[in-house]
Amino acid sequence: MLELMQQIVNGLSLGAIYALIALGYTMIYGIIKLINFAHGDVMMVGAYIGFFSVSLLGTNIMVAMIFAMIACALLGVIIEKVAYKPLRRATRIAALITAIGVSLFLEYTTIFLLTPQQRIFPQGAFPVHDYNFLGLSVSNKDIFIFISAIVLMIILQFIVKNTKTGKAMRAVSEDKDAAVLMGINVDNTISMTFALGSALAAAAGVMIGVYYNTINPLMGILPGLKAFVAAVLGGIGIIPGAMVGGFILGILETLVSGYGNSLYRDAVAFGVLILILLIKPTGIFGKNTGEKV
Amino acid sequence: MKMLETRWGKFIIEVVALAVIFTLVQYFITAGIFNQYHQITLTSMCINIILAVSLNLINGFTGQLSLGHAGFMAVGAYVSVVLTKFMGMPFIVGIIAGCLGAALAGFVIGVPTLRLKGDYLAIATLGFGEIIRVILQNIDYVGGPAGVVGIPKLTSWGWLFAGVVVTIFVIQNLINSSYGRAIISVREDEIASEVMGVNTTNYKVLAFVVGAFFAGFAGVLYAHYFYIIKPETFNFLKSFDVLVMVVLGGLGSTTGAVIAAVFVTLLTAVLQAFPAVRMIIYALILILIMIYRPQGLMGNKELSVKILGRIWSGKDGSFEDK
Repeated sequence: MLELMQQIVNGLSLGAIYALIALGYTMIYGIIKLINFAHGDVMMVGAYIGFFSVSLLGTNIMVAMIFAMIACALLGVIIEKVAYKPLRRATRIAALITAIGVSLFLEYTTIFLLTPQQRIFPQGAFPVHDYNFLGLSVSNKDIFIFISAIVLMIILQFIVKNTKTGKAMRAVSEDKDAAVLMGINVDNTISMTFALGSALAAAAGVMIGVYYNTINPLMGILPGLKAFVAAVLGGIGIIPGAMVGGFILGILETLVSGYGNSLYRDAVAFGVLILILLIKPTGIFGKNTGEKV
Repeated sequence: MKMLETRWGKFIIEVVALAVIFTLVQYFITAGIFNQYHQITLTSMCINIILAVSLNLINGFTGQLSLGHAGFMAVGAYVSVVLTKFMGMPFIVGIIAGCLGAALAGFVIGVPTLRLKGDYLAIATLGFGEIIRVILQNIDYVGGPAGVVGIPKLTSWGWLFAGVVVTIFVIQNLINSSYGRAIISVREDEIASEVMGVNTTNYKVLAFVVGAFFAGFAGVLYAHYFYIIKPETFNFLKSFDVLVMVVLGGLGSTTGAVIAAVFVTLLTAVLQAFPAVRMIIYALILILIMIYRPQGLMGNKELSVKILGRIWSGKDGSFEDK
């Protein structure tokens, strides 16, 4: 029982990371119906900015995270303006291919500029020590990841629910044309969504750097896909769904590598995905909408 | 000239043209005009054509977005390698078993997932493709993550050529049959075609199974040319590669898929000379083509001798989409 608790605690920080990435996926999907395959790579860029901020500028990890978030928010907006905006009226699949193109571009530009080598996240930036708590061992690394993820989620929830921009975002994802008629600037709202989503991804990137200690240019692919699974699991386009989905996936994965075969860890995410799609394709929080003829 | 426009006349022209292409390339290979590098490019080209044309049946004609094509390719490759390398069976048995194995995988995956639509289907097929890969990684009999090395090189130009011709022939005839019309009706409007009495699920599964069958064929040819297979080769990036070819060529255009497969293979071969920036250029070309020509090179039109003739005489630019 204690071991199970321990595994769940371990899974919480991984789940928090997945949840942060999933939030960006779900917001972007909600607003322009695009699976943004480049999202995981934005996270990778965030991890690198955090890494350089810590190792070159010598900032602490919080400042590094804020730098990464600001830079990636900009990057997200640029990607949206350059690559996705011209395709807003094109077919979904064309946009999807463009997203794949952007993803490859970010990965291989990073490889070109910074070599494919993996880099060790400086230990000095984050001295790790473990706490014992009711027989469970928790490292301050996990606490840091968990708490900052929760804080970011609360901020996001506040922005989406209580500000004008958030209201506009919800309106555009509900019905783009009606939003235009109500005088909402759809282009700006979409850019804002990309900025927010990418900033969250950047924060997650820095956290992954802290969590796994290493970063490399292709690190975004798998967490990106898994976060997408988390978004689908919770119900895509639904913000609380992405959070819950992320945590479920993170805990499940830790349990599988803790108790079973860690080689099957990556299959878990996809197995869960297929199960949820077959049982309830709209996700845990999704509502069934009837088909219109 | 009249005789040539009849059905038989066209058939004879096609057979002659194919025979000429086959002998010419065979001559180039035996005479040593095509070196090793050319032959590898030629092989990838043929395999890519088979993959693109078969995925185009699923994505282009049936309108079901599948991202799991590499998984079926992997099934074909592994099944055939087990038969030819481990059990010493002849190549033809490996081909048949590989194709049937992939088709079976397509059936098993297609029946539950094809109830899903659009992006959900895309992600589910991507997930299945990745699951196939992870399962292969965990089977020690076929080498686990290291894969199988030392596969006999049985894929010859003859097999590649036959593979391409058979794939295009079967899929093109399927599309032009009554089955094909039903399949296209599913793409155009699923609800309307269901109302007209088309059993949409059956046709979707049919297209999926046929597509998987030929993906398996491509996998068999791949495994028996490149000496080594690993699960990592067949990850979702490979599926993306094929999808890129299909969308580049134009969804629902077999000739488009062929042209795009040739184009992408040549582009990759040319860019090999610049390994550092290869993928960056590839990505940029991808983004630019999608922004400036989102319907792909051919749209859903087919390139035929007739259209070529019209372009030649400058009568119309029939490349424009409707």
